[in-house]
Amino acid sequence: MRFMVIVKSDEKTDVAGAQPSAEELQEMGKFNEELVKAGVMLAGEGLLPSAQGFRIQYSGDTEARVVDGPFAESKELIAGFWILQVKDRAEVVEWMKRAPFREGEIEIRQIAEMEDFDHATPEIVEHEKKLREQAEAN
Amino acid sequence: MVGVTATADPRSAIDAVWRIESARLIAGLARMTRDVGLAEELAQDALVAALEQWPESGVPRNPGAWLMTTAKRRAVDTFRRNERYDRKLGEIGREQEFEEEPDFTAGLDDHIEDDLLRLVFTACHPVLSTEARVALTLKMIGGLQTHEIARAFLAKETAIAQRIVRAKKTLGDAKVPFEVPEGADRVARLSSVLEVIYLIFNEGYSATAGEDWMRPALCEEALRLGRILAGLMPKEPEVHGLVALMEIQVSRSAARVGPNGEPVLLLDQDRTKWNRLLIGRGLAALDLAESLTGGAFGVYAAQAAIAACHARARTGEETDWGRIAVLYEGLGTLNPSPVIELNRAVALSMAVGPEAGLEVVDKLTSEPALKSYHLLPSVRGDFLAKLGRLDEARAEFERAAEMTGNDRERTLLLNRAAECTP
Repeated sequence: MRFMVIVKSDEKTDVAGAQPSAEELQEMGKFNEELVKAGVMLAGEGLLPSAQGFRIQYSGDTEARVVDGPFAESKELIAGFWILQVKDRAEVVEWMKRAPFREGEIEIRQIAEMEDFDHATPEIVEHEKKLREQAEAN
Repeated sequence: MVGVTATADPRSAIDAVWRIESARLIAGLARMTRDVGLAEELAQDALVAALEQWPESGVPRNPGAWLMTTAKRRAVDTFRRNERYDRKLGEIGREQEFEEEPDFTAGLDDHIEDDLLRLVFTACHPVLSTEARVALTLKMIGGLQTHEIARAFLAKETAIAQRIVRAKKTLGDAKVPFEVPEGADRVARLSSVLEVIYLIFNEGYSATAGEDWMRPALCEEALRLGRILAGLMPKEPEVHGLVALMEIQVSRSAARVGPNGEPVLLLDQDRTKWNRLLIGRGLAALDLAESLTGGAFGVYAAQAAIAACHARARTGEETDWGRIAVLYEGLGTLNPSPVIELNRAVALSMAVGPEAGLEVVDKLTSEPALKSYHLLPSVRGDFLAKLGRLDEARAEFERAAEMTGNDRERTLLLNRAAECTP
């Protein structure tokens, strides 16, 4: 299953636009390399501060409005993300315990897998059951 | 309070640690003991110890080091009890690393990566049967438990357990060295490793869906193994070729089964359901394979390149069938097969026209390997129908319907036969 790990911004990274130190970058690089070499990292990116971002607001039939950053409430903003493919929730927890963060918070959301929900028809369930019975009988 | 603390299930936490650490643990122990079977047992002992202690003590801060230290202690105990192992104890005593606590970043150490690669090649050694290679690979590199492997392959746990025991004995009896082969041997052995990974992938992929997570999860497992191998052997084009093939194939998962569980053929699939992230990863892996060889393709990369032609096309009509026909021709040279030739015929008919396809297929009608292959008359019927030779087409569709073992497909073929009746 796939999870999106969302790294939240903080005052330091977003408002002040502070760059990560060389040491922090190196630690993160090492961690990313571990994730890649373990075959679990599908994607991962860091985002520029919200001062360089913008929002688009929709309201009814009026034209969509573009609002430039920076945005307040920096802890609600996203600083970066990973997409990880792992066996279960516990594996994401175990990986992210090893992430080089010392403060702040990350949010983890499971990515909807269409095939998980769309195709488990009674027919397929029955087919799988038969296969299993056969296997047990072997 | 809702959602403040996560309930920590110690068993699933231990399983997760095991999944992350076990391969490197076994690999490290195998280097020290020069005995893969023993290494695997020692690692399992450490897992048992973790299951006994961690629910009480909590998961240690560095679980990998804890497991390694525990396994080492078990090893020394075992050897002391058994004088036959004196030699091995001596070897372990000489191992400097054995005394040091390995830390998390040790994974970046070349040493451990070399060990892991040796473990992959040992688990996939040709002295073992294919089934044994698959089971050992899933157990020792994938970190799966015996019952999980049994569930994935719809087999009994005892049967898989026996298979693994026998495989370890075979490796021991054959005195298979714990090493990555070099020279000419390396190519053959690598192809055995890739074969095992692709077999695991297909086992999951051909089980199109199901209520059981384990079979589709085999695709994920194979991809993970492939990605690990690509990290360990970044200069081997076929490793990237295989990863590319698997990434692109799995990108279609959501589109390849209809609402009633029926398979949806590639050209009928809703391409908006294809996973763009996985396609992107597949195309990148293919580029890598191509750049390493200067454009020449091995068997897996050639198949990946064909899959890429489909992935790149926004619609079926936009598919570069000419390139696919050329790629099948190349694939047929690497690995001559009438099925590949049949696929080439289909690509040719799409690129040039049904006559060109028919010309190739006509040469295949006497092919013994395709004698009971229903797709041959089915494809031939399709070409004939397009050429307006309806009587012949109907006969081919009826023949194909008799040959297929799948009810749904039979209905489809009989419908096509009926359409050929003026």
